[in-house]
Amino acid sequence: MNRATIDVWVGVFVAAGFAGLLFLALKVGNLASFSTSQTYQVQAKFANIGGLKIRAPVKSAGVVVGRVSEVRFDNESYEAIVTFNLDTRFQFPRDTAAKILTSGLLGEQYVGLEAGGDGVMLKQGDRLRLTQSAVVLENLISQFLFSKAAEDKDAKDKK
Amino acid sequence: MAEGGRTGGVAPLLERLGGAVTARIWRLGFASRFFGYMLLHSGTALRRFQLTIREIYFAGVQSLIIILVSGLFVGMVLGLQGYDTLQRYGSSEALGILVALSLVRELGPVVAGLLFASRAGSAITAEIGLMKATEQIAAMEMMAVDPIARVVAPRFWAGVISMPLLAAMFSAMGIFGGYLVGVKLIGVDEGAFWSQMQASVDVREDILNGVIKSIVFGVAVTWIAVFEGYDAQPTAEGVSSATTRTVVTSSLAILALDFVLTALMFTGGNAR
Repeated sequence: MNRATIDVWVGVFVAAGFAGLLFLALKVGNLASFSTSQTYQVQAKFANIGGLKIRAPVKSAGVVVGRVSEVRFDNESYEAIVTFNLDTRFQFPRDTAAKILTSGLLGEQYVGLEAGGDGVMLKQGDRLRLTQSAVVLENLISQFLFSKAAEDKDAKDKK
Repeated sequence: MAEGGRTGGVAPLLERLGGAVTARIWRLGFASRFFGYMLLHSGTALRRFQLTIREIYFAGVQSLIIILVSGLFVGMVLGLQGYDTLQRYGSSEALGILVALSLVRELGPVVAGLLFASRAGSAITAEIGLMKATEQIAAMEMMAVDPIARVVAPRFWAGVISMPLLAAMFSAMGIFGGYLVGVKLIGVDEGAFWSQMQASVDVREDILNGVIKSIVFGVAVTWIAVFEGYDAQPTAEGVSSATTRTVVTSSLAILALDFVLTALMFTGGNAR
């Protein structure tokens, strides 16, 4: 086979390879979404983070506005300190509340933000004061069982 | 120790074991030295890039069909199997995530690497081994042409360049296969298939790490292939056993390296 034919085929091969990579990056990985935009860091303390992981989404009204960048244990208050990067396009009031929520019944955990009414916006390095921990299924079940037992006891006492 | 002479059954066995271990270590040392020499003498392969392009044609372009067809079928099987399991938990929309993540992280680099080792790696070994058996390598040395720079290095670089491209095509083809089966055949919602995939596949964490994996596999496979070829006994039998060794060793190397790389890349997020 002569040189020109080989060149053409190798060119096609390399182009197809890069097309594959581009397909993976754009269509599968959604490169355009987040990684390049500018962010600011906000912290929040939670009594229990459940199964929250690094890179979990931070959503407000269901829209992804940032990602969790760090989860740390605070040895003074015995609480978890979660740091997340929020996109600078999205500004939130200072009294915004953070909750740890679960997408679906068995889905991933994420941080949900609910905007407050303060006129001052969050800045880099601010800490959210209003937080709500993850719901731990075991606690929920034991609460339910206790209240059920209490109800039964009340019913018996009335008889 | 004095008993060694009397219990004649054990000593030769130990001797043979020791000999085998020493031979392996000697070969590993030789292979490493060969690798270094090859990298140092890659100048010709990169300067006269036409040599490398020719080898990319033989290693990469000719592996294209097997890679694309296997990728398509692997993706289609993933679509079928994944749907079967996911619909039991009522989350068949997550099919896109399953297909994309398993292909991009694992199956793409690994299966493409295994196919590349048996399709292109064996061919490289056989070619270099035959060149040695027919004394073409010795002839080059006589003409003061460095066979490592002229024959080995272009093949090595061709393999290193081809492998990531082949793995990317394998993954892309596999995702297309999963899409065909999942969306077109079974009827998973098309929007959910793509959007869930895009939401959970990360360009840096998943795709870039997959590409790094395939580059590492490319280096390992072609290194083993050119070394086995260059080190082959210059007989018909020697070349055939070198070809077998290439496929066996590089398959094992791919699987072992895959474990190490996966442990390094994908468990860090949770542990930290």
